[in-house]
Amino acid sequence: MATPLLAGRGISLSFGGINALDGVAFAVEKGELFSIIGPNGAGKTSLLNCISGRYRPTRGAVLLDGQDITRRTTNQRAGLGIGRTFQNLALFGHMTVLDNIMVGRHHQLSHGFLTGMIYWIGGAEREEQTHRREVEEIIDFLEIQHIRGEIAGTLPYGLRKRVELARAVALKPRLLLLDEPMAGMNLEEKEDMARYIIDLNEEWGITVVMIEHDMGVVMDISHRVMVLDFGKKIAEGIPEDVQRHPDVRRAYLGADEAALLGTA
Amino acid sequence: MNTQLLVPLLVNGIIIGTLYGVVAMCFVLIYKASQIVNFAQGEFLLVGAWICWFLLTEFNLPFIPGFILTLVFMMAFGVALQVVVLRPMIGEPIIAVIMVTIGLSIFFQALMKYLFGVFVKPFPQVFETASVAVLGLSVQPIYLLSLVISVLIMGGFAYFYQATRLGLAMRATAFDQQAAQSLGISVRQMFAISWAISAMVSSLAGVVVGVVNGVSSQLSFFGIKVFPAVILGGLDSIVGAVVGGLVVGLVENLAEYVDSQWLHWGALYIVAPFYVLVLILMVRPHGLFGTEDIERI
Repeated sequence: MATPLLAGRGISLSFGGINALDGVAFAVEKGELFSIIGPNGAGKTSLLNCISGRYRPTRGAVLLDGQDITRRTTNQRAGLGIGRTFQNLALFGHMTVLDNIMVGRHHQLSHGFLTGMIYWIGGAEREEQTHRREVEEIIDFLEIQHIRGEIAGTLPYGLRKRVELARAVALKPRLLLLDEPMAGMNLEEKEDMARYIIDLNEEWGITVVMIEHDMGVVMDISHRVMVLDFGKKIAEGIPEDVQRHPDVRRAYLGADEAALLGTA
Repeated sequence: MNTQLLVPLLVNGIIIGTLYGVVAMCFVLIYKASQIVNFAQGEFLLVGAWICWFLLTEFNLPFIPGFILTLVFMMAFGVALQVVVLRPMIGEPIIAVIMVTIGLSIFFQALMKYLFGVFVKPFPQVFETASVAVLGLSVQPIYLLSLVISVLIMGGFAYFYQATRLGLAMRATAFDQQAAQSLGISVRQMFAISWAISAMVSSLAGVVVGVVNGVSSQLSFFGIKVFPAVILGGLDSIVGAVVGGLVVGLVENLAEYVDSQWLHWGALYIVAPFYVLVLILMVRPHGLFGTEDIERI
């Protein structure tokens, strides 16, 4: 079997006496759409932060394409092709939508401070055009042409979520981490978002790791699902299997109800 | 009205005001990037002016290469300061970091006195002509040059922030460090760059004032003068810094006019900007262009 794009080896994370994650191991293959679910406080976002580099695991390792990236900083990991969105939107509210997306191109723009100053001589203009074209593609794809010039902070919630996704895609990620991309959306917005995620995964070839609470969506679009509870992995597999797993039912419904369902 | 006196004072106000504006911009640059209120801003001028003076008198360098070497030195100085002193302070309470900048200010003032003495030392003559006539006024050429350079720098800042990759990355860092990092921006690098630019550009003002008045520890007082400008414009607004600088320059010189014509209290021009500072803090604490919810120190 080929090297998985992303692998976690016994990831543990503790804050003082609290174990947020306890020996979580998993592997995500190239091209997969992988979801992480679990009750509140199960450690989903902590795990995502360990992958993106915001937290460094107390024990264990994170591997990208077989390469140990546990000690890399967040921005280095972004440079290696890990893009992400945040649970509570983290757009640059005072910038335009276009500028927000352009920040996502940061590490793609090879021209730095000095060459930027001699913009017209350095060939930066041609580079800029290529970037513009790719950014336009993203804008087209996510259907945000009409708001490209608006200040991001003034947009309605659903659109801001979309702009944040656009910004993460602008990074040209190999691996895209989505932290509750559909939280707080209405049905129509959720359907749109699900379509974007599927297209990014299938047509753009981006491997997606997603945390989401909407079980309908998760079971619908995920290739595989991992379930966390109290920092431990309790199940992993294709959606149908995970749904039927007794430990998962217990985690979500509580021991008594699960027992009741079992007898029913 | 004594226009014979008023007009030169106003011209002086505009020229000094743009210099205040430039230094205020440098101050805002650091504040925006790292939320640090840099009380050692005036020492950037002081160190820069002394270094330039040293290169010109000890090594007999001509002004232009000496000045360029000074800028290079100040860039390294800014980075070194950030890396050695301020980087370990990341994550510490902001008030502790501000105390460190006050410490730096005292340290560098003392160090400069130790190295170069306490007396005012004049710059070697930089320009052939002592003054040029502009609209019937005689103006020192260095002031004219500084006005041109200041305006260029202001334009450069605007371009830098709006249109360059680095400028965009710095704005992003200023707004949300987590998000900026997740997009591949090195926050440490942004901090270092902001200190480098700030030190470099501030030293330019230091050299200009040094050429006119001679170099002494008085120069660091310039950094204090920049506070009213920054508070007036708003701590986090580049445009505000420029406007604030101009206003402070003009207020200073108008105060001098009022003082010399009618009041005769003496030295009103030194305190006038601080009256403005107090007034602004009472009426509009976030400044004319600042963000309203900024943390006030």
